[in-house]
Amino acid sequence: MTPPLLELRDITHDYVVRHGIFGTRRRVRAVDGVNLRIGKGDVLGIVGESGSGKSTLARIMLGLLDPSEGAALLEGKPVSAFPRRGLAEKVGFIFQDPYSSLNPRQTVEQIIGYPIRLRDRGSPGSRRDLVRQTMEVVGLPERFLDAYPGQMSGGQRQRVAIARALITRPGLLLCDEPTSALDVSVQAQVLNLLLELRKDHELTYAIISHNMSVIQHMTTHVAVMYLGRIVEMDRSERVFANPQHPYTQLLLDSMLTVAPGKGIPELRLDTAAREAMRDHPVHIVTN
Amino acid sequence: MLLNVKGLSINLATQRGTLSAVQDVSFHVDKGETLCIVGESGCGKSITALSLLRLLPASARLTAETISFNDLDLLTLPEADIRPLRGNRLSMIFQDPMSALNPLHTVGRQLTDVLLAHQHVTRAKAAERACELLLKVGIPNPEERLQQYPHELSGGLRQRIVIAMALMCEPELIIADEPTTALDVTIQADLLRLLKELQQALGMGMIFITHDLGLVSRIADRIVVMYAGEVVEAGPASAIFEHPAHPYTRALLGAVPDPSHPRMEPLESIPGTVPSLLSRDKTCHFRGRCPMAQDICNNRISLQTVGADHQARCIRVGAEDSQ
Repeated sequence: MTPPLLELRDITHDYVVRHGIFGTRRRVRAVDGVNLRIGKGDVLGIVGESGSGKSTLARIMLGLLDPSEGAALLEGKPVSAFPRRGLAEKVGFIFQDPYSSLNPRQTVEQIIGYPIRLRDRGSPGSRRDLVRQTMEVVGLPERFLDAYPGQMSGGQRQRVAIARALITRPGLLLCDEPTSALDVSVQAQVLNLLLELRKDHELTYAIISHNMSVIQHMTTHVAVMYLGRIVEMDRSERVFANPQHPYTQLLLDSMLTVAPGKGIPELRLDTAAREAMRDHPVHIVTN
Repeated sequence: MLLNVKGLSINLATQRGTLSAVQDVSFHVDKGETLCIVGESGCGKSITALSLLRLLPASARLTAETISFNDLDLLTLPEADIRPLRGNRLSMIFQDPMSALNPLHTVGRQLTDVLLAHQHVTRAKAAERACELLLKVGIPNPEERLQQYPHELSGGLRQRIVIAMALMCEPELIIADEPTTALDVTIQADLLRLLKELQQALGMGMIFITHDLGLVSRIADRIVVMYAGEVVEAGPASAIFEHPAHPYTRALLGAVPDPSHPRMEPLESIPGTVPSLLSRDKTCHFRGRCPMAQDICNNRISLQTVGADHQARCIRVGAEDSQ
């Protein structure tokens, strides 16, 4: 059996926090015993409230953070065994805010070409061609080649970020809140682009978002995180049609879909409800 | 009518020339009513809100036919008479609770200051009122919270405090500028429900500014859709969601990922970008991005009547059935 594209095995991570300059050190568990697999072609959505460990998990997947315990495996090999550049070629990532993730003093060509320039392969001319091709793939007109991020709109900048992530032709793209800084109409453009790219280039995605409608629309599988653990994981249709964990239910209840006159749902967010969510057995289906 | 705005235009002087941020915008809010101003970045929705409190930057020039609040003419009211209104009869909730709170003062000080500024009450009475309101916005142990500084609180708590602060004087009109976009979805739903309940209990008028159409569908009585500084559609929420008349409104509705939309199928997106507000040409501003544009769209168009109290700025209104 071929190993999954990415696998996390019993990942636990603690951050050390210190209170005040001379204060005592304390360990805070951000991720607690997480197991997950992302198969080739899957789109895994990772959802959860702020502080639930989503971004820590993302940093571990990218090899930017060594977990305190457990292992992250890419194509069956530990992420830590890959040289940094080798890993960067296999895993691309785009961040939430296209305003701060692009260097304002570099041109679009420099930004998109940076990953291949780092590898130092090909001639400047062939690299420029590859940048052009990638720009075409993400729908950026060639006239932007010499533009600076400051001259572009939010949607165009996010396209630059996607082009930069794709230029090394990675198999896995990790997206951390890819559209939450964008307007509705631009969000639709970026989501459509991601779906199209997945089809044309057989990409696999991990998408972190707190927008449940985006997750429902975009993913094949969902992992719901609560207090550092995955409390529910299954195929998206099943999670959205028939949530098993009370926290998943709460997330679905708080979705404000277009429903004129339906009003704002009433949620139970008191301490008792939180304790019940913490103690409820997890529901994880892997296939 | 609680608030009546007619023919509001705002020009901003920039280095590259005069930018027409808002052009001929009219709307009104009744007591106990929620008006949602919907639009994307740069459409002029936030600056419209700021202008009501007269909080525009110095480079802005405002003209209007009418801006009246109850029996007051906000257009001509001297600055000295505007100040007693702000935070008192007219309140604003800003998007980012971190920048709306002063990091150097305790929560209690900031809450009581609002009341002390507008009413003749003792500090103790003001603190009592602050506790009462914190309980109302769902914060347990209010006495303890009053002693804390903003940085000691989570984002959700901070935004609750900002809401409490806006309600200290029981305003007649509350203006909320994307008050929940920075929060977790569960907290968002909880806070919106709370805000709506308080609004109904106090009979406040509310102007809610957002680009989230799902949210709008849940809370709006009336809607104003803005595009490039202009109102492109206005009317009762039910009419706009059932029969959106302007192509921009329809496109926005099609662009929202929604469970009713087939999964992993392309969403409707709006090609192109918003036109520059520096030089307005004499055409329909949405023409360049409109799937139904035709030659006649090269002419300026005023708001057309679609139905009872429902208008849209499109030449095709009435010319064909909405699709």
